[in-house]
Formats: sequence, structure tokens, C-alpha cells
Amino acid sequence: MKDILLDLGLADGLAAVLANVIGAGMLATIFLLIPIFTIWVERKLAARFQNRIGPNRAGPLGLLQSFADVIKLLGKEMIFPRHVDVVPYVLAPVIMVSAVVLIVAVIPLAPTIIGTDLSIGALYFIAVSSFTTISVVMAGWGSNNKYALLGAFRTVAQLVSYEIPMVFMLLLPVMLAGSMSMMGIVEFQSNYWMIFYLPTAAIIFLASNIAEIGRAPFDLIEAESELVAGYMIEYSAMPFAMFYLAEFLHAFLVAVIFSVLFLGGWQGPFAEDLPVLGILYLTVKTFIVYFGMMWVRMTLPRFRIDHMMAFNWKFLVPLSIVQLLVAAFIWKIMPEPDLTGNLIERWVNEFPRMAVMGISGLVVGYASLVMLRNYASQQRKHILSLTTTTQTYPLAVSPTPATGQSSVIVVTPGD
Amino acid sequence: MELNEWAFIGAFFAIAWLLPVTPIVLNRILGPRRVSDKTLVKTDTYECGVETVGDTWGQIKLQYYLYAIIFLVFDVEMVFLFPWAVAYNALGIGAFLAGAVFVFLLVEGLVYAWRKGALEWS
Amino acid sequence: MELTWESLAFLIFSAMTLGGGFAVVTQRNLFHAALFLMLSLFGTAGLFVLLVAPFLAAVQVLVYIGAIAILILFAIMLTRRIMGLETTLNSQWPVALITMVILFVSLLLVLTPLGDNVSGERLNATFTEIDKESEVSDVSFTTVAAIGEAFSTRNGFVLPFEIVSLLLTAALIGAIVVAREDEA
Repeated sequence: MKDILLDLGLADGLAAVLANVIGAGMLATIFLLIPIFTIWVERKLAARFQNRIGPNRAGPLGLLQSFADVIKLLGKEMIFPRHVDVVPYVLAPVIMVSAVVLIVAVIPLAPTIIGTDLSIGALYFIAVSSFTTISVVMAGWGSNNKYALLGAFRTVAQLVSYEIPMVFMLLLPVMLAGSMSMMGIVEFQSNYWMIFYLPTAAIIFLASNIAEIGRAPFDLIEAESELVAGYMIEYSAMPFAMFYLAEFLHAFLVAVIFSVLFLGGWQGPFAEDLPVLGILYLTVKTFIVYFGMMWVRMTLPRFRIDHMMAFNWKFLVPLSIVQLLVAAFIWKIMPEPDLTGNLIERWVNEFPRMAVMGISGLVVGYASLVMLRNYASQQRKHILSLTTTTQTYPLAVSPTPATGQSSVIVVTPGD
Repeated sequence: MELNEWAFIGAFFAIAWLLPVTPIVLNRILGPRRVSDKTLVKTDTYECGVETVGDTWGQIKLQYYLYAIIFLVFDVEMVFLFPWAVAYNALGIGAFLAGAVFVFLLVEGLVYAWRKGALEWS
Repeated sequence: MELTWESLAFLIFSAMTLGGGFAVVTQRNLFHAALFLMLSLFGTAGLFVLLVAPFLAAVQVLVYIGAIAILILFAIMLTRRIMGLETTLNSQWPVALITMVILFVSLLLVLTPLGDNVSGERLNATFTEIDKESEVSDVSFTTVAAIGEAFSTRNGFVLPFEIVSLLLTAALIGAIVVAREDEA
């Protein structure tokens, strides 16, 4: 790119800058257009899950529905409520989209195709994600609406809480690959994907990321029935659409990042020789993860906010700390295999280390699930004992017991 | 070379701001603008049809502040753990011990917060 | 002075830092002041990038903008009067002014000779692996692993590393004790 510009007779510094701008513009625009497609996919799939047809009017299979929506939104009126604090109110959607788009810069699409391979790529990903928190606070405050402010604070509490297990589990791929560069993490997975070493960590990472983007079952950010769309309540037309776009792009990028970190990114047969294949592999992996996320979204009901907080602080955070220490310990005591031979040799040599890591991860995950199950059944017994012993209200007792027992009609409060 | 990579990030910042601004500006130009009168009901604060009472920008629950503090402590902790994780492969078992002690000291704080009920959503 | 792209970026980030800082102390609306603080912190992160310290830049964004600024916003929301402060000065402003002048003068006294010392060839002299001809933009950033190694070797900084954790735990416990005093 820079060479072409130099040929056009531009100065060296200017050509470098222009090349950067054009490259960045192309990459960002392509990714920003992806939600137009994924929104359609998501609506169509949600419809199938709920035994509906979904969008089917605009274009074949309703494919043009999103374009129709964009055109409609452009023609809508932007309402500025009277009491808004204008600057934060207007800036919030812009910051939200930009924070999400910035993640794209470090995603390795193929062996040679990446925005820029920063040496601190993984840290960059979390750093720019933290701008979304600021955006939420600005939207909540700027709207000057009690629902919006309450929703914003709940959202921020959720975002910062779930960032902890997410970052802890991000430490593990970094540790195994010995590099924070996204490309370095992908290259480490040339033998086995990261998910085979760290199955539990992968699941924790995905779960906390679903919470970060505020999707069901963690969609308290919107909570239509309680907070009427939370911090977005006062937004209309394009600014609202920007929040919507950011959410869908973020969801897609989470699937991409998960594929990069745990599913080998562009790794696959012949991807080293043909970069296009790398992009194809990454796309396929991403959509499989994305489908999984949608499945979870369609299936599970929303958490209650206290449950959601407890789930993070009392389950995910301790679990991720245990997982971090266990994985670090096993990784240190396993001898480093010889990784110089061809692919088959490397597979065989690497296998023991991978298997021990994977099994230890599964044991940690299984043990935590057993503990969770025991705790839940205890809670259930506790609640059951409360309702049957102390809080029964007999409405009527039949005077002549027919079967030797007095039959009591019990009403449990709260039903 | 590193600075060149960051020049790309700089360009990306500019583009990332430009992209959402463009449709909003377009919307401003193309969309109708009927709110000339600032007393219209539709510019009221939206509260399901009920008039809003009191000032929005009031006080919040202490609970949010506690979560933010705990998060901040963990955040700083993780910043220290990242270099440790990057260097981990090249180091001996001592590195594991150093990291484990570091994390255990933090767990102490988490256990304290748990026992004191600072993690409860009230 | 020749205007290169680096110096242009430096000017932009300095303007962000200084302008943001100035707005923080003059804003009457505490929420806006906090937003300007974030702008100022972001400018500092940009300066770190220009100093070829991207790890510090990411930490600046992650910890200061992502966590501390949020904490400050929450603290602001806990206060009673957020907007419309009559004056941004309180009774301590003369003391603050004197302290600031002393700090500024001493920084100037310390940094000016230091700047003369490390300029030119002396700057490269400290980076032994880089030959003298190389430019600042060629300095590759490989110090993250070195930092990590220093954290966990006995001859390095393993004791300060653990003390940091102890300090953070103390801060956490202290914050909980202070915050929940009125409820207990």
C-alpha cells in the first residue's frame, strides 16, 4: 500500500500516514458492516428457535431487512429530550462504537493479514474494552433520566465485575504462549488448539464475555421489563442504532477473539501457504462460536441481579483463581517437549503435556460444578423446609378424616 | 517499528470516531426536525407517562462504590500478573511460587470482603 | 523546529493532557470535571506510546480510565452537590498555590539538567544493545518479559512484587471497613 502511494509521488512520511489511514479505514469499515449481516442471522435464528419465520419480506429470505432498517433509521427524528446534558449524551454512542471498533485492530485474520500485531495485543483488547464502561456512564448521566442512570450503574457494576474472571482467564493463553501478541498466541496453537489445554478457562472466558456484552442470560443491561432498555432509554434514531450496532459488533468480535485465543484462529490445513484459507477457517470457527452464543441466548432466562453478582464474585472469580494457579503449576512441572520435528512428531511429542493440562482443567471444572450442585440442592432443601414448617396457612381441615390423616389444603405464600 | 504500529492504531482511532459520527450527522440532515418548541411533551423525560419527580442526579447506593473498589484492586493486581505470565515460560518453579503467593495475598482480601458481606447485592 | 508526525502527535497529546487538566480544576460541574480528567489521562497514555512504552500506555488506559475514573465517578455520585458549585476555590487555595509553585520550580530545576544530560548521544548510551545510529522509533519493546522476570527472581524484585499484593489487600480491607462503617 505504501509503495503504491510512493509511486504516486507522495513524500515518504505522508505516504506512510495515508497507507495507515486507508488500511485502518478499510478494515474498520468491513467489520462495521458485518453486523448488518449478523443481525439478520440472529433474527432469523431467533425466529427458528421460537418456531416463527422471522424477517421474510425485504429481499430473498428477508436478507435485505437490515438495509431497510438502516434507511428507515436515517429518516427518523433525533429527539433531544429537554433536560439532557448535551455533550455526554451525544458523545456516548460515538465512544461506544469506537471502543468496539478499536478491538478489530489487533485481530489476526490470516498468517499475514492483521491490522497491527502489537506486542501487547491481549492487554490492548481489554484496555479499549474499558472505554465502553465510560460510554455507559456518560449515556446514563447525560440522559438525565432515573431509569437511565439506574440502568447505567447496574451495567457498570456488571461490566467491571465480569471483567475480573475474563482477564484472569486471558492470562492463561498469554502464559502458555509466552506472549501478549495476538499473532504469537495463534502461532502457539499450531500443534493443538488452546481449548484442549484450557477447557475450563475457555468456558469461563466465554461466559464472562457474554456478560461483558450484556446478552441473555446476562442481559440485565437492557432488562426491558424492569429498566425499559436501561441507559439507552432516552435515545432515538441513529444514536440508538449506534448502541445497537456496537452491541452486535461486540458480540461478533467476542466470538472472533474466542476463536483466536482458544480455537486456533486462522490455524488449519494449508493456511500458512494460502492466507485466504486462514480467513475462511477463522470465519467458520467464529460462526460456530456465535451460533453457540445465540443458542445460549435463546435458551436461558435472565438472571436476577443479585444472583448474577453472586455468580460472578462467589463462583467465577474463585474458580478462575483456582484454575489460574492449577494451570500455572501443571504447566511448570510438565517437561517441555521437543517441538522441532514435522507435524506428526510434534503432535505426538506435545500430547502428554496437552493431555495433563486438559484433564486437570476438566477436573477443576467438574469439581466446581459438583460443589455448585451440592450448594444448590442445599438451598432448595432450605427453602422447602421454610415453606412447609413455618409458613403454612391451613384454609380448611376436613372434619372426618377419610384415610386416617387430616387432609390439609396448604397455601404457600408467594405462589 | 513499534511506533509505526502505533501510528496505525492512531489512524484507527480517527477512523473509529469518524464511522459512528457519519450516520449520526446523516441522520441529522435527512431526518425530520420537528422539535422547535421545547415545551413539547415528547421532549420530556421518559418515565412511562408519569411526570418525573425530583432531581435525577442524586445519590447512588454505596454498593456500587464497593464493587468499583474491589474491581480496582483486582485490576491493578492483573496488571502486575501480565508481565509475570509473559515471562513464565523462561523461568523456574520459583516463578510459580512468586505468583502463587501474590495471588493468595489477594484471595485473602476477597475472602475478607466475602465474610464482611461486601459482595452481597443489597 | 521541524514538524514531524511524531511531534504533531506529541503536541496533540500534550494539549489533551494540559487542556484536560486545566478543565478539571475550572469546571463547576463535577461530572464534567471527571470526564475531562479522563481526557487528560488518555493524553498521558498517548505520551507513553510516544515514549515507546506501550505496556504503560495500556496500563494507563486500563487502570486509570477503566477503573480509577469509574471509581471517581461513583464517588462523585455519592456526594450531595454535583453541579453548580459557586466557586472552584476553597479556603486552602493559597497553600495549594504555594505548593504548586514550589513543585513546579523544583521539577524545572531537576529536569532541565537531566534533559541536557540524556539528550543526543547520551540517550542511546543507556541502551547498550542499540547502536548509536538507530532512531528512537526503532527501539523495540521487549521489556514486558524482562519486567516479569524481575518480578519473580530472587535477585530481582520479588519482595516488592509480593508487598504490592499485600498493599492492595490492605487497601481493599481498608476501603470495605471505611465504606461499611455506617451500616455496621
